[in-house]
Amino acid sequence: MLKTFRIGGVHPPENKLSAGKRIEVIGLPKQVAIPLSQNLGAPSVACVAKGDEVKVGTLIAKAGGFVSSNIHSSVAGKVAKIDEILDASGYRRPAVFIDVNEEEVWEESIDRSETLIKDCPLSSEEIIKKVAEAGIVGLGGATFPTQVKLSPPPGSKAEMLLINAVECEPYLTSDHELMMEKTEEILVGISILMKAIKVDKAIIGIENNKPDAIKLMTDRCRQYTGISVQPLKVQYPQGGEKQLIDAVMGRQVPSGALPIAVGAVVQNVGTAYAVYEAVQKNKPLIERVVTVTGKSVVKPSNYLARLGTPISMLIDAAGGLPADTGKVISGGPMMGKALTSIEVPVTKGCSGVLIMPTLEAQRQKMQNCIRCAKCVNVCPMGLEPYLLMSVGEREIWDRSEKERVMDCIECGCCSFTCPSNRPLLDYIRISKSKVGAIIRSRK
Amino acid sequence: MENKLVVSPSPHVHGGDSISKNMYGVLIALIPAFIVSLYAFGLGALIVTLTSVVACMFFEFAIQKYLIKGNKTLCDGSAALTGVLLAFNLPSNIPLWIVIIGALVAIGVGKMSFGGLGNNILNPALVGRVFLLISFPVQMTTWPIADAANRFTTMDVETGATPLSLIKFGAADQVNVWDAITGMISGSMGEISVIALLLGLCYMLWKKIITWHIPVSIFAGVVVLSLLTGLNPLVQLATGGLMLGAIFMATDYVTSPMSHKGMLIYGFMIGAITIIIRKFGAYPEGVSFAILLMNAATPLINTYCKPKRFGEVKKNG
Ligand code: SF4
Ligand code: SF4
Repeated sequence: MLKTFRIGGVHPPENKLSAGKRIEVIGLPKQVAIPLSQNLGAPSVACVAKGDEVKVGTLIAKAGGFVSSNIHSSVAGKVAKIDEILDASGYRRPAVFIDVNEEEVWEESIDRSETLIKDCPLSSEEIIKKVAEAGIVGLGGATFPTQVKLSPPPGSKAEMLLINAVECEPYLTSDHELMMEKTEEILVGISILMKAIKVDKAIIGIENNKPDAIKLMTDRCRQYTGISVQPLKVQYPQGGEKQLIDAVMGRQVPSGALPIAVGAVVQNVGTAYAVYEAVQKNKPLIERVVTVTGKSVVKPSNYLARLGTPISMLIDAAGGLPADTGKVISGGPMMGKALTSIEVPVTKGCSGVLIMPTLEAQRQKMQNCIRCAKCVNVCPMGLEPYLLMSVGEREIWDRSEKERVMDCIECGCCSFTCPSNRPLLDYIRISKSKVGAIIRSRK
Repeated sequence: MENKLVVSPSPHVHGGDSISKNMYGVLIALIPAFIVSLYAFGLGALIVTLTSVVACMFFEFAIQKYLIKGNKTLCDGSAALTGVLLAFNLPSNIPLWIVIIGALVAIGVGKMSFGGLGNNILNPALVGRVFLLISFPVQMTTWPIADAANRFTTMDVETGATPLSLIKFGAADQVNVWDAITGMISGSMGEISVIALLLGLCYMLWKKIITWHIPVSIFAGVVVLSLLTGLNPLVQLATGGLMLGAIFMATDYVTSPMSHKGMLIYGFMIGAITIIIRKFGAYPEGVSFAILLMNAATPLINTYCKPKRFGEVKKNG
């Protein structure tokens, strides 16, 4: 039996339409808009002004706090303005607009050759510093600043590095394709990460629906000491940090604690690649792989796009917005965000663009809860979504807290499963923000 | 185009499960038992079942139309299911007006008075059945004999004692377990064939309509208590409404607990109470009462039995 996590989970149709499509490079737009909040935590602070000339890789915004990250220009050109732009959540947020020059000038320090550099003489502190400078965040979608995760709080010790190559969201294939094309770079990136957190063991978790990636990575990782591949049973949300740790190590992170509490540090496979580029090639995070997909999309594909490129450009490259489009999602169907406009820019956390036909975009009518317990059975955190929704509706926040609403990882398994089409997660999210505010006000 | 995009929170896909899929799934699982009852009791079984289903659906429709206005749930299969389950708990030679009263009580009192599907505390079909058992004890316990000769008559059939009443009144040696397993015994329509009911259980487990916890823990409760009280566990499992109750009535979504731990306690208690009633109570049959009792205890069970939360198991578990 293949390993997987022990509580709950669902298996939605995988729909990996863009699997096996080689990564294509998207051309440069006339103007990029690089939002200043692209990471979990504090937004970055702009350090350029209107009229400044920038090169590819020039620092344009600095980390605005401990949990924050640097942002670099993804193009060469001139800063047109710093203004608000609609982000993926539909909020107006500040962004740096840069008019793109025809001629690409890169920062001199960046090594743009394809040669693989395996050896990394740097110390742990130097690596973490470089990762921080390069503005790397968790590229699986959580966008947590990577240098913070690599610096465990005093008193805790990492035992093992887990690489999240699960890609459990249906439709998305960007990590899969990256593993197929940048295998060695990823493995070097993993070795560097191991050095950074001072562990001698790393396990790459890959779901069994990617047999080619499992085979390739297993073959190649033999040349790297301490790295191995763990194939996993396909089960959503295995890419959740706590679920992945449970699946691979058989340890459960206690409520409210961080993975380091059980000796684990989890990094996404795309992040490992970005770390390779940052540490070995001095290349900051200025581009990422984005899957553009959907049942009516002409050419579901994987693209390498510069940050700040409008999503509409990617959609055009994939054959244009289909006529029956009902919803455009940044990310996957289970946890992604529905976009209000396709002009929003590609950001560090954008792993995919999913276009759903009108027919599938609408929710079904909600019925009474029939107490079938199916939501309880699928919740990977062992919660009772039906109960959380009903106490949330009645605004009994202390009961919500007692029923551990803050443990919810917002995976959506409950709403996905409910035969009565109840919007369980909608209510749970509201409860989480209320209860979160109450908990913070106590301190 | 732009402003026509649908914007809603995740998840953006749904598994496609629905109330009616589950209800019709249970109805499909009841087909084998229905066929056996047709074979055993003939036309009477068909007429009683049809009457019960039509009456339940009619009352559901009428009450939702004229008394409470809410979601229309007539077509989701839940009323039809209550109808079938009620019929399966009746003898096939029962006068039809009694069936209709049972349907009115099941839907009107058992379900709608609480606010409709999802809000009832007790299993509607059992509420109907127990009401009839108390109000019409004679008609409710005159069991036709499963026999080919009875197949095309409806009312004036040969009647006989059920295996459980034989045991109750000291004639246990006349009980043939094999007949009970295949279904050639006296009893309520739907409860007679163990094999047919188990087939239904397999179907529901396969379709993930229910989990194993409730039926299995009921069986466990029956076996343990039978051994303690000196009864033959196999006979207790195979006779009376035990199988029908354990597989189809106790597993009713609305009235059973939400956590696996809760389900196990609920099931075991149903099994145990059934045997206690059978052994010491005034009735030869106890499943209905046991289930109703535990239905009433379900909110309490839900308060105290929580699912196993993530992170609560041993670190290296
Ligand atoms: S899945 Fe839906 S209907 Fe079933 S218990 Fe949960 S909320 Fe109620
Ligand atoms: S969204 Fe939250 S409550 Fe719902 S299944 Fe996931 S973890 Fe459980």
